[in-house]
Amino acid sequence: MLVELIFVVIKILVVITVLLLGVAYMTWLERKVIGHMQVRLGPTHVGWKGLLQPIADGLKLVAKEDIIPTMVDKPVYIIAPLLSLIPALSAFAVIPFTNATVNLFGTEYHLYITDVNIGLLYVLALSSVGTYGIIMSGWASNSKYALLGSLRSSAQVISYETAMGLSLIGPVLLAGTVSLKGITEAQANGFWFIVPQFVAFVVYLISAIAETNRAPFDLPEAETELVAGFHVEYSSMKFAMFFLAEYANMYVVSSIATIVFLGGWNGPFGPSFIWFILKIVALMFFYLWLRATLPRLRFDQLMTLGWKILIPIALVNVVVTSIVLYAIN
Amino acid sequence: MEQLGFYILAFLAIISSIFMITRENPVHSALWMLLTFFSVAGIFVQLNAEFIAAIQVLVYAGAILVLYLFVVMLLNPKSKGFIRIPFRYVLGIVASFVIFVQVLLTLQSANVIGKAGVYTQEAYKQYGNVKLFGYELFSNYLVPFEVVSIMLLVAMIGAIVLAKKD
Amino acid sequence: MSGYLPIALMLVIAALIGLISISVGFLIRPRKPEKVKLSVYECGMPEFSDARQRYNVRFYVIAMLFVIFDVETVFLFPWAVSFDVLGLFGLIEMIVFIIILVFGYFYAWKKGALEWA
Repeated sequence: MLVELIFVVIKILVVITVLLLGVAYMTWLERKVIGHMQVRLGPTHVGWKGLLQPIADGLKLVAKEDIIPTMVDKPVYIIAPLLSLIPALSAFAVIPFTNATVNLFGTEYHLYITDVNIGLLYVLALSSVGTYGIIMSGWASNSKYALLGSLRSSAQVISYETAMGLSLIGPVLLAGTVSLKGITEAQANGFWFIVPQFVAFVVYLISAIAETNRAPFDLPEAETELVAGFHVEYSSMKFAMFFLAEYANMYVVSSIATIVFLGGWNGPFGPSFIWFILKIVALMFFYLWLRATLPRLRFDQLMTLGWKILIPIALVNVVVTSIVLYAIN
Repeated sequence: MEQLGFYILAFLAIISSIFMITRENPVHSALWMLLTFFSVAGIFVQLNAEFIAAIQVLVYAGAILVLYLFVVMLLNPKSKGFIRIPFRYVLGIVASFVIFVQVLLTLQSANVIGKAGVYTQEAYKQYGNVKLFGYELFSNYLVPFEVVSIMLLVAMIGAIVLAKKD
Repeated sequence: MSGYLPIALMLVIAALIGLISISVGFLIRPRKPEKVKLSVYECGMPEFSDARQRYNVRFYVIAMLFVIFDVETVFLFPWAVSFDVLGLFGLIEMIVFIIILVFGYFYAWKKGALEWA
């Protein structure tokens, strides 16, 4: 029991460390990739090819003055960044990233943190709780830009959450379980679910980008009209937390896409962990590519896309999938 | 160990709900309510009702509380206390006492305490909570389920009629 | 229940990491508050009104529709999981459910509740 508990804590700390490093180097990759796509170089000065840039940025953010404006609601103002970050990190508790096991004192332990049979619902629930960070930060800041940004952002997030949930029903129908490990194993000997559920995959990907407020759906932080959106009044580490939460959420939605549609840890050869990471990095690169390519949508276009296009497609996909599935069996 | 977990969660739920009803600011109340939802979800997990726990967070915390917050932002939260009722403390105490007695009577007459369900822990382990829940809901509780869809339809139409002028 | 203890631990550890990283810079960061620096940002002008005013009713409509569709999605999950044992009966049941809700969806569409402009 005690061994198990200590092992779990170690796993959690390792996963969070890897995740935070992943977030840090995602910012480096983002600046490099977008730099090269726009025929610039990106960061080059700090370390070889600018590889120490994220570390320098982190240290700078820690050492910055923490400005708390006078008009804010102080307790809510301080809790809001935590409300963004905690769900984003905690979602990784159920992500099965490898099927390798380790033998400790005669008992086999798996390397992912845990597997529960409501895994997918747990991740969806946590991502819906992440909305509070956005609403609360805007309200607590008592700034017009922040409040407008947060209202827009939360309306956007909840609009696309529906399409996201509906698009996941199809794969769940095929797998017959909502446990993330179960869904991965259902794809072990056969097609990855992207093949029979390509429509659902596209709907999921679009709503995932909108959920995480990334370009071309980055309206809440439209710097040209809302300066920075909901976190305009935040500085120092509190600002960094919104940043961390945004990137951690990108990893969460990419992990879910990998597990549900791209076969998770399954690969033709080699260790399962590598395949999982490769798929996630590919999806993250796609995110960056989109940011460098597409202009931002208008708010009414965004709402139309979510409510009038994605939701009907996702609903039809559910009905068609279930009829076909019934006809086959 | 499980007992300890239950007491921590129950304590959190009670404390946060007391804070929720005593805050003057509706947004602070909403935050305490969020904590209440989480601790209740934890208690559901301890009762082997994982699916209920998940939708407790997904629907109540993720959707309904967001709706409350939007409503609070629509009304002006600066005006402290939306409605002033005379003798509200007396009214509140009387009303909660009546409801408490009602709940007690219902629990006693329905004899729900200690009633064992059809599904055992082993069944949960083998099929998982979600599957059993789905099977029960869509075979034995079919009519309530379809009634829910009509209720949702009514709710949707009602909301639109109220919010739209034309 | 053993699967859930790690989740509880994860929530606690994530909260601790958040708290620590907020407070870690306390020792080294400068603290020079002044009146103008501490006012909220409004394009450099002094702010002239409280930001928390009444907002557009559309946000309420969107949230309401979201609650309804969220509940619908939540019903679909257990149905999808137990689809193999429910068979044709379950299929028809869910199609009826979806059709009833699609009525509401079209009503919302016709009334312009999904419209933003």
